[in-house]
Amino acid sequence: MARPITPLLWLLFSIGGTVAALLFPVHVFLTGLAIPLGWIDPPTYEALAGLLRHPVTRLYVFVLIAFPLVHWAHRFRYTLYDGLQVKHLTPLIVVFCYGAALVGTAAAAYLLWNIP
Amino acid sequence: MRATVTLDVARYRPEEESAPTLQTYEVPFRKDWVVLDALNYIKDRLDGSLSFRWSCRMGVCGSCGMKVNGTPVLTCAAFLGDHLPGPIRVEPLDYFPIVRDLVVDLSDFMRKLKKVKPWIIREEEKPLAEGEYRQTPDQLDTYKQFSMCINCMLCYSACPIYGLEPGFIGPAAIALAQRYNMDSRDQGARERLEILSEHDGIWQCTFVGECTKVCPKNVDPAGAIQQYKLTSAVHWLKTLLPWGAR
Amino acid sequence: MSPGPHYTPYHPKWYRRRISVWWWLENPSYTGFVLRELTSVFVALFAVMLLWHIWALGRGPEAYAVFLGRLKTPLLIAVNGVAFFFILFHAITWFNLAPKAMVVRLRGKRVPDWVVVGSNYAACLVLSVAVALILLRA
Repeated sequence: MARPITPLLWLLFSIGGTVAALLFPVHVFLTGLAIPLGWIDPPTYEALAGLLRHPVTRLYVFVLIAFPLVHWAHRFRYTLYDGLQVKHLTPLIVVFCYGAALVGTAAAAYLLWNIP
Repeated sequence: MRATVTLDVARYRPEEESAPTLQTYEVPFRKDWVVLDALNYIKDRLDGSLSFRWSCRMGVCGSCGMKVNGTPVLTCAAFLGDHLPGPIRVEPLDYFPIVRDLVVDLSDFMRKLKKVKPWIIREEEKPLAEGEYRQTPDQLDTYKQFSMCINCMLCYSACPIYGLEPGFIGPAAIALAQRYNMDSRDQGARERLEILSEHDGIWQCTFVGECTKVCPKNVDPAGAIQQYKLTSAVHWLKTLLPWGAR
Repeated sequence: MSPGPHYTPYHPKWYRRRISVWWWLENPSYTGFVLRELTSVFVALFAVMLLWHIWALGRGPEAYAVFLGRLKTPLLIAVNGVAFFFILFHAITWFNLAPKAMVVRLRGKRVPDWVVVGSNYAACLVLSVAVALILLRA
């Protein structure tokens, strides 16, 4: 595509940042702190598997993983570029960041499609 | 009340030295003096060789921008009393080549301002017989803030991206472009979009936000840039549509 | 030299300062900015943890139990604890900057910044409660 895709990447970055800002705090708190530290009982396997049977839940989890990954890719690319001043490594950085996000997104899609 | 205050002023004499140095001066302390008054005192009474730019001394011309204790400010608005006990460090603006002492070269900034076509662009000029353009207060309100820029370059001096990427078009230029894009009389948004969407255009900005913090006129260039990113992104989406906006 | 006004583009005696790799440590605002940008690493980290979570769920109850056990290790609790603070920092800075990019105009007047910021925090609260209820009541 001759037309630069930076506007699209920025849009995805913004959506990812909003998803992360609105939803990650509660998820990190529950999954990362409250449940392991025993402040609340973890949801049972059956309960979570039941939730995941709904296509809406699968879509929600997909959004929860994919968009924040793109958010990281776009932001981290600029952080490396400006912070470490590694202009000569730009192609490598771009491939690493967006590539990793793509791999993560594909993994999420695959897992959520195939979960029983 | 103290009688004097110390100023450490950056000197750079290209004919004598290869790098800037700091020179110390004792100036009288007056409650109502600003750094510019101190610099003028130095030039008048202590050291006539000190070079610096200034003009209106009241914060509307944008000539006297310098770094005071590391922060870009208008020296005509920086009170000595606010920077006590001193010594007060006065240096030229960051990220611009230093010509001499506190004087920096402005040509890059000037070129970038011109680049965004800062004038009303019309597809067809309205003939004089049809009368004047009319604008409601609300229409004026959409761009008025961005029209307050006095071209003082403090925002460029605060922007680390401009320091790291000298090609970056910069906050004041983008705010100026927005001033015209949002003007109801202007029809040049498409033309400016091409210029601003270049590699060294708005997309270099990572919203550090320092530009807005140092702006003496509350232009909020960071806001202008983020708004423009959204406009540009929405426009990009529209071009994907088969009947898309071009 | 051509007649008329023009700008000299370059002179060898002009002094150009080098920017150090540690430029972001020289100014607290810059340091805050870089920390804000680094929150994205913790965002990615948690996204990967979510991937791990659903991978474990997909493999059955035993794998899920192992996953829960791993979450209890001091290392992961520490990582998640730090991630929680950085992600909160991301959320706070994101919401506070939201009105800069999104200018909402109602009937010609610009909606004040605090309304936009407040709505974002309110949405976060509502969604967090909803997610917590769904996950814990299941």
